[in-house]
Amino acid sequence: MEEFIVTEKLTKTYGDVTAIDALDLKVHAGEIYGFLGPNGAGKTTTIRVLTTLTKPTSGRALVNGFDVVKEPDEVKKMIGVVQQHVSLDRDLSVRENLEFRARLHHLGSAERKKRIDELLDYVGLTEEADRIVDDLSGGMKKRAMIIGSLLHRPKVLFLDEPTVGLDAQTRRRLWDSIRRLHLDGTTIFLTTHYIEEAEALCQRVGIIHRGRLIDLGKPLELRQRLGLVTVETLVDNKETRYQYFADREAATSYVQNLPSDAKTIIIRDSNLEDVFVELTGRKVGDD
Amino acid sequence: MITVLRDIYSVLWVDLRFLRRHWLRTLATSLVNPVLYLVAFGYGLGGGISFDGYSYLAFVMPGIIALTAMSSSYGGAGYKLHVDRLFYRCFDEYLMSPISLFSLAVGKTLIGVVRGLISTVAILAVGVIISPALIVSPLFMLILVSSCFVFSFLGVLVGMWAKSHQDMTTFNTLVILPMTFLSGTFFSLNQLPGAVKAVLYLLPLTHSSECLRAAALGQTFPWLSFAALLGFGLLFFAGCMWALKRASV
Repeated sequence: MEEFIVTEKLTKTYGDVTAIDALDLKVHAGEIYGFLGPNGAGKTTTIRVLTTLTKPTSGRALVNGFDVVKEPDEVKKMIGVVQQHVSLDRDLSVRENLEFRARLHHLGSAERKKRIDELLDYVGLTEEADRIVDDLSGGMKKRAMIIGSLLHRPKVLFLDEPTVGLDAQTRRRLWDSIRRLHLDGTTIFLTTHYIEEAEALCQRVGIIHRGRLIDLGKPLELRQRLGLVTVETLVDNKETRYQYFADREAATSYVQNLPSDAKTIIIRDSNLEDVFVELTGRKVGDD
Repeated sequence: MITVLRDIYSVLWVDLRFLRRHWLRTLATSLVNPVLYLVAFGYGLGGGISFDGYSYLAFVMPGIIALTAMSSSYGGAGYKLHVDRLFYRCFDEYLMSPISLFSLAVGKTLIGVVRGLISTVAILAVGVIISPALIVSPLFMLILVSSCFVFSFLGVLVGMWAKSHQDMTTFNTLVILPMTFLSGTFFSLNQLPGAVKAVLYLLPLTHSSECLRAAALGQTFPWLSFAALLGFGLLFFAGCMWALKRASV
């Protein structure tokens, strides 16, 4: 399978702090790759290096074969980036923001107009096009940012925590937009600390912890390695213990053999959060 | 070459849209200071005084135009850049697009030049009416445009360099404010001791106001000062490129 993003021993340090530590990544062309980890794990720093905003301390990173440090101009032509924060000019309208980005990416006048109208329609923002960004809801701003990153038809889209701070309905609409982009052939590199987001969207998930990739696989594979079924037991009325089993039969058999004083037993499907906690001893989302 | 010009215009375009939306507020706020100086110093303090053979009003007017060029160009280029970079954090969009740092530096400078020229032309229009001794020659306009470039470059440099709002206000208090009052804008440097005068020639506004005054009043033109002004321009532009390079990979 063709590798679209490759990093080799990619490292970034800030003084004594190592943000990313000898990171080796391989993202396939056309996939949605999820980068899962808690706040401060190094997700945003990785995106900043891959999108030419931050220079790595050592190692190298290639996007479609182009080195982000040596050939940043080539990289810039093929990437679209949606940052975690609102990166629009808040004093201008949605259309003005889009036109500005289209100009920066050298779209001609006729193509600019056509592409902007097309994309506004794509995410249902046509009626909001002339509203000032500051007056829009969080979900609308995020949608405007996404289409702002798509104007020049990037081959790869970087989404840094795309649904943080959005309500559940808006989040699901955004997920649908991301799935449509994937179906159109765009490679998507998405960071998240929402487990359900990684499970819902990503073909492969890399788990990052303290700047290092600690596991990688399809969501189902990662769960299979741990056990597809989780049993939660309350021990001494204060501590929840988690046990993992390959299937329901094994889990049920375990529960039947528990001592009679074991309490609050839950049998459920395991999820990526279980994988993460077992790998790191830390809950996703913790600082 | 065409790509460079197109990219410069793209960078300028977005700031022009902002200016178009807020033109009245921008113009009004940039004229408050010069009008206050004009009333307080030109009429209040200087009424009836003559200076170097001219009325004080005729003497001070080019100085006020120089400092308007400085504050409008510096602020016009620097403040929004600073806010976009540190508070709105939308400046990364430029760095992630395929435009050169040169285009970015010049584009961001030009909005300061545009704003500087709007303010100075407005105050100049008032000046020509109240002080008919002013000569608005092509040389005067050349110095005015050069001054706007010099201080816009400084605005971009400081807007890119400042790591916090405090950095920006510190620079304003320690450099811009003293320069406003000490650069021969309101008085002749010939009244000062040699050592002080020498220090004040290290400030670009001193050269800008000396050149503007000489051109406006038909005095012997200080070409050396004009060269020094252009030298400051080159220095600040190099600083802009350094600061932008530091901000990108």
